[in-house]
Amino acid sequence: MTTTINPDGGTALSDDVVPIADARGAEVAGQWRLMWWKFRQHKLAMASGVVVLLLYLVAIFAEFLAPVDPNAFNPRYTYAPPQELRMSFVDQNGDRQWGLHVNGYRSEIDRETFRRTFVLDDEDRIPVGFFVRSEPYLLAGFIPASIKLIGPKEAGQPFYILGADRLGRDMLSRVIHGARVSLSIGLVGVFLSLFLGVVLGGISGYYGGLVDTVIQRLIEFIRSIPTIPLWMGLAAAIPLTLHPLMVYLIITAIVSLVGWTDLGREVRGRFLSIKDEDFVAAARLDGASEGRIILRHMTPSFLSHIIATVTLAIPTMILAETALSFLGIGLRPPVVSWGVLLQEAQNVRSVVTAPWLMWPGAAVVVAVLSFNFLGDGLRDAADPYAS
Amino acid sequence: MNQAVSEAANVVPMAAPVDPDTVLTVRNLTTEFTLRTGVLKAVDNVSFALRRGKTLCIVGESGSGKSVTARSILRIVPEPGKVTGGEVVLHRPDGDVRIHELDPKSAAIRAIRGADISMIFQEPMSSLSPVHTIGFQIEESLLLHTDLDKAARRKRIIELLERVEIPNPEQTIDRYPFEYSGGMRQRAMIAMALACNPKVLIADEPTTALDVTTQAEILDLIQELQDEFGMAVMFITHDMGVVAEIADEVAVMYQGRHVETGSVEDIFHAPREDYTKMLIGSAVRLEQPSPMKLQMQARRRAEPDERPILSVRGMNKVFGATGKLFGKAVEGVHAVRDVSVDLRRGETLGIVGESGSGKTTLGRCLMRMHEPTSGEVVYRGRDNETDVMALDRRGLKDLYADIRMIFQDPYASLNPRMTVQQIIAEPLRNRQGHGGAADIRDRVADLLVRVGLKPEHMERYPHAFSGGQRQRIGIARALAPNPKIIVADEATSALDVSLRSQILDLLLEFQEQLDLSFIFISHDISTVRYFCDRVAVMYRGEIVELGPAREVCDNPGHAYTKALLSAVPRPDPTQRGIHKRHRYVASASDARISR
Repeated sequence: MTTTINPDGGTALSDDVVPIADARGAEVAGQWRLMWWKFRQHKLAMASGVVVLLLYLVAIFAEFLAPVDPNAFNPRYTYAPPQELRMSFVDQNGDRQWGLHVNGYRSEIDRETFRRTFVLDDEDRIPVGFFVRSEPYLLAGFIPASIKLIGPKEAGQPFYILGADRLGRDMLSRVIHGARVSLSIGLVGVFLSLFLGVVLGGISGYYGGLVDTVIQRLIEFIRSIPTIPLWMGLAAAIPLTLHPLMVYLIITAIVSLVGWTDLGREVRGRFLSIKDEDFVAAARLDGASEGRIILRHMTPSFLSHIIATVTLAIPTMILAETALSFLGIGLRPPVVSWGVLLQEAQNVRSVVTAPWLMWPGAAVVVAVLSFNFLGDGLRDAADPYAS
Repeated sequence: MNQAVSEAANVVPMAAPVDPDTVLTVRNLTTEFTLRTGVLKAVDNVSFALRRGKTLCIVGESGSGKSVTARSILRIVPEPGKVTGGEVVLHRPDGDVRIHELDPKSAAIRAIRGADISMIFQEPMSSLSPVHTIGFQIEESLLLHTDLDKAARRKRIIELLERVEIPNPEQTIDRYPFEYSGGMRQRAMIAMALACNPKVLIADEPTTALDVTTQAEILDLIQELQDEFGMAVMFITHDMGVVAEIADEVAVMYQGRHVETGSVEDIFHAPREDYTKMLIGSAVRLEQPSPMKLQMQARRRAEPDERPILSVRGMNKVFGATGKLFGKAVEGVHAVRDVSVDLRRGETLGIVGESGSGKTTLGRCLMRMHEPTSGEVVYRGRDNETDVMALDRRGLKDLYADIRMIFQDPYASLNPRMTVQQIIAEPLRNRQGHGGAADIRDRVADLLVRVGLKPEHMERYPHAFSGGQRQRIGIARALAPNPKIIVADEATSALDVSLRSQILDLLLEFQEQLDLSFIFISHDISTVRYFCDRVAVMYRGEIVELGPAREVCDNPGHAYTKALLSAVPRPDPTQRGIHKRHRYVASASDARISR
């Protein structure tokens, strides 16, 4: 028994027991470190975090990673099937030779349907190399470069790892470039709705009363509007003559116009629940100003929750962009996004003859799932003080 | 030695317990929780026996494993806990049941739960389903364990409700829990537990959430029912007063281990273990005014200082009153009614009352954390007089440096995202002329030392501290701007009894050194007696009695105070008497007349 008797007759016990004390120094760990410890245990979320990071790296370095320009077309290779990247081949003498290569195409005419089909030609080897020279381009839009990660050693040779589309454009390059638009529209959209949600939700929760009622009714009104017809109507109002980039920004604004309501409610709920906490009352009695109470005392308590909510909102934005572009009311060619690419796969015939046109769909699935798992893990870790 | 005991138990047939009155034997019970940081033994090798018609009290401070022990008996330990050893044997007339061998989800153990062994929980609100009537919920257990038909079941439920003294059982049987008061809900829980005439009743802190008068009624009821039905009661509590009042036998637990067991007289008057001595000692200490307080009072008598530092006149607070709403005025709740009271320099004014008496509202209104409906508050801290009601924001900010508050909940009142230094420095930072960062650091270090913590704890976050240590941090924060008055709202209620007197002694020390005046709001008579100079007793928003602490606590004048004090259990088994208590039933108008 660890009982100690004080000289004045009182006894000290358990008051000296420090509940958390371990080698990691938990007693001096702030909320972000505690969150990180908790998040780290969520293996799936950790893996998803890595995937999300990779996706964004791909989006940033799209020009370097994509073998060719996404808009470069070649009528000779329309609907060319995916090539297989091979490490070695057997030469005429029967010896195994090493060397990264893909096989070229030979076209055959089907006697019955008179349709031209591509067959991979085992004899025709196109050597492939890393860090090959290419036409000069601007990396991430401003760094002049002329080296590609991977490509045929001899420029102009067919190189379609994920196949080609209707105009003989490389699917791989298009999916990589599509990531840039699709993933960034998610971010821009979410930040716009984050801004609206935090400001309006915060005002609503902190001040309450009439302001709260008005904002909440507004949220309910916006949420009652069927979204697809709204988007279609608004998208129809965008003049066709606008630059694709302008269209892109307007679409983002439209998507976030509906997206902020969820965040607004979340922020309001947090404000309402934290406003009556004892430590906020204590801050008021400590003479802290309104601004300091909100920024220093209340915001840190729900910042992590907001980050988790934002992470869960990004996939919604990505899906919205994909859906809109797929329906032809969002982004339009020549802009390359996953939704625009999926437009190519709109009819069953092209899907049957060229299933590789669905690859952008796979990219969407990976991105959305990763964000959801990541957001889930963040949400679980968001309150490290809950028992 | 335990090994020998358990081996012997395996040899001797369990059908013949040594004592024929024993209904439940627990031997070497061990329950473990597998946590990320390792295995926590919540219950470690605990043995005891329950006897027919007798009450065993399990006492211990928070975290001592008393609730987990109860749950281990019924095999309802929450995840990730697991009963890993020991035996629990129920002795029935038709043979013994070895509960520890049953599957926690089996039909066999479900037949025991509620029929042979029933349990009452602490929270009467959350242990009843809000969407079913009380009658329906009691019927559940009859339906499971008896073969009575519908009419017979209803008859039995009405009988039970009558037995637990719920008025008009024919009507109240069809009411929902929200229509019951806290005490009535706990009575309904008891009726439910008794529905099948259990042999063992496990009561897990059944009165902790209730007011003392309601607690006394519930304790009375359990005792009566025990006399009538002869069941064994296992009563879990942390309140030594309750133990002294009802126990036949007492088992003391500390950190999952069983410290000692003995008859209630032995535990209170001849405890063997140091821990028990300490536990009883700290409960008994609070029965008398603090020695330090008595010295201070003697000094005050030598040079009396009757000047009030804070005066409250005619304060009213009405919640939720509105003007005419669709032609009908809503009256609202009158939480504080016409209260006038003075706080003198250097004195401690206690405000006691049961929940809903308006004591917390009064404390918050005089600091204008709630805006009072009417009344005036005058603060005479420095040489001038301050009309608190007339202060604007800036004025209030200055006032809040002189009048500080200590909160009840040491967990909720410290921002978990700020370090101890940031928390304590906050009131200093927000004032002008506080000096530089180094000055603040020195001041914080000084305050930490004064409240008994170490300066190097400054960089830590609140989660690294225990409840008592956190309350010390809260006190350091309150003292930071050199206040004149401290409003302590139930400042020791959330703490274990051994910490309570420590914190109170700390506050007394500061009162002496810094010439502080306290307003001490509490529902606990013993802390008020220990700590206060004068006491105001509140009942339904009014002060019904105001006088020196000794007089009010030992020789009360008002009928309500008498009733309140007579319901308080004393930590001395020779002074049992809550069943002889006075009852006070008065309407609001009576209360006003009798003052």
